[in-house]
Amino acid sequence: MMSTLLDVQNLWVRFPTRNGVFDAVRGVSFTLGRERLGIVGESGSGKSMTGRAILRLIRPPGIVEADQISLEGQDLMKLSEKDMRAVRGQRISMVMQDPKFSLNPVMTIGDQIIEAYRLHNSASKADAYNKSLEMLEAVSIRDAERVMRAYPHEMSGGMGQRIMIAMMLIPNPEILIADEPTSALDVSVQRQVLDIMDKLVKERGMGLIFISHDLNLVADFCDRVLIMYSGRIVEVCDADKLHEAKHPYTRGLLNSLPRLDAPRDRLEVLERDPEWSEAPSVSGSE
Amino acid sequence: MSMLDVNGLNVWFGKNRDRVDAVKGATFDVGQGESFGLVGESGSGKSTILRAITGLAPNWSGAMTLDGKPIGKKRPKEFFKTVQMVFQDPYASLHPRHSVDQVLGETLHLHGFKDIDTRVVKLLDDVGLGQKFRFRYPHQLSGGQRQRVAIARALAPEPELLLLDEPTSALDVSVQAEILNLLADLRNDRGLTYLMVSHDLSVVGHMCDRLAVMKDGEIVEILDVAALRAMNATHTYSKQLLEASL
Repeated sequence: MMSTLLDVQNLWVRFPTRNGVFDAVRGVSFTLGRERLGIVGESGSGKSMTGRAILRLIRPPGIVEADQISLEGQDLMKLSEKDMRAVRGQRISMVMQDPKFSLNPVMTIGDQIIEAYRLHNSASKADAYNKSLEMLEAVSIRDAERVMRAYPHEMSGGMGQRIMIAMMLIPNPEILIADEPTSALDVSVQRQVLDIMDKLVKERGMGLIFISHDLNLVADFCDRVLIMYSGRIVEVCDADKLHEAKHPYTRGLLNSLPRLDAPRDRLEVLERDPEWSEAPSVSGSE
Repeated sequence: MSMLDVNGLNVWFGKNRDRVDAVKGATFDVGQGESFGLVGESGSGKSTILRAITGLAPNWSGAMTLDGKPIGKKRPKEFFKTVQMVFQDPYASLHPRHSVDQVLGETLHLHGFKDIDTRVVKLLDDVGLGQKFRFRYPHQLSGGQRQRVAIARALAPEPELLLLDEPTSALDVSVQAEILNLLADLRNDRGLTYLMVSHDLSVVGHMCDRLAVMKDGEIVEILDVAALRAMNATHTYSKQLLEASL
């Protein structure tokens, strides 16, 4: 039995709007051990909101409610904003979806990574510089020295995302929440980045929450998968058994993918059943 | 007969120590009515080729001909009637304060059409959106709907060649299926030629007849889809790419 790093029970995320309260996440429960947990679903299914709610990154008027979100026994819901800042980055780190909005546009990449490192470690500038170079090379960025001098707009989307990953891994957190970390990357680099994350999870006993819409990637890379639809978990399964998934929503997603080995004239389009969003959430606890 | 012929194209950015050669000696041709794919990792220069064709990347050398006519540094108005582009990110490529009607109407006006009203309606129908979306703003649309608007805008001047820069990479797989079906239908109906950039080999395998594999700004291999499906790549990099995408 794996030790439980994170235990989330009955998580709700609500946004009051002019047309009443919108429930983005509706009563989701799951646990995370020292494993790679995938959360898949379409945009709007609440998967990113789940990730953000764990770090309490949802700002008012958004409301987060949960019976508990406990990180190794400590309930994050009860922490003050100041104590929460010590958790973010240091203990739970998050790689966001879009590097364009996550990197500071008026700071060189080198300065940003050095800042991330020095916030959490007392190191001299020279040490931090070397460590940052090392980290950039670890996420397979060629000519890291030029990249250190460059500004975010000079980077391609894929490079930006790798820089984000480097920056988030440099404080050496216990849990990494990766929100679509590789959706901007191409298959060959995707594999490399995943291998780097995989190595860290294994070596340092990190827990990884991997949020993605890419079913094949999740099936390949994670240990366990939660499938979310309109704020609820509709199915939980072992990643290697994802292709045998039973829920019609999961099946529909799998069938809408183009495949190299099975060419078709037209792709299957997902038909949605309103019942899917009414069924109670499945628990993802181990 | 080739729609687009690219010969020895070089594109670069910056100068001196920060000069980057994004595309080096790219040579390929796209036949009339063909769908041609460009694949490769990010930074391999595949989008840059599209940008050089449309004139968004001004520093280029080499020869490009469109429908037999050479493309110069300055592109005439007719060029943009023949070539249109659909961008990767539907969230960034539509003006946030222009309604769908304004976006399409302005494009039609710029291209000198008189019957703007009927054309806007027709365009929206063609991309499967319908009239009720006409006066919406981008923030009232989902990602897939935005990409349909972007496609409608590209279709407005009745182009022959569409440059598709990762048209579905920002979308969900279920929506991706809808957009890919739409693009396939439009190509059948209008006899369009596609030049499509994607990092997803299975998408290119689904949409294209032939494809070029790019690495570090160079085209390393051009192969057809049958060879792709049979895993018959000869260059080591294309082999790696194929293995990684299965």
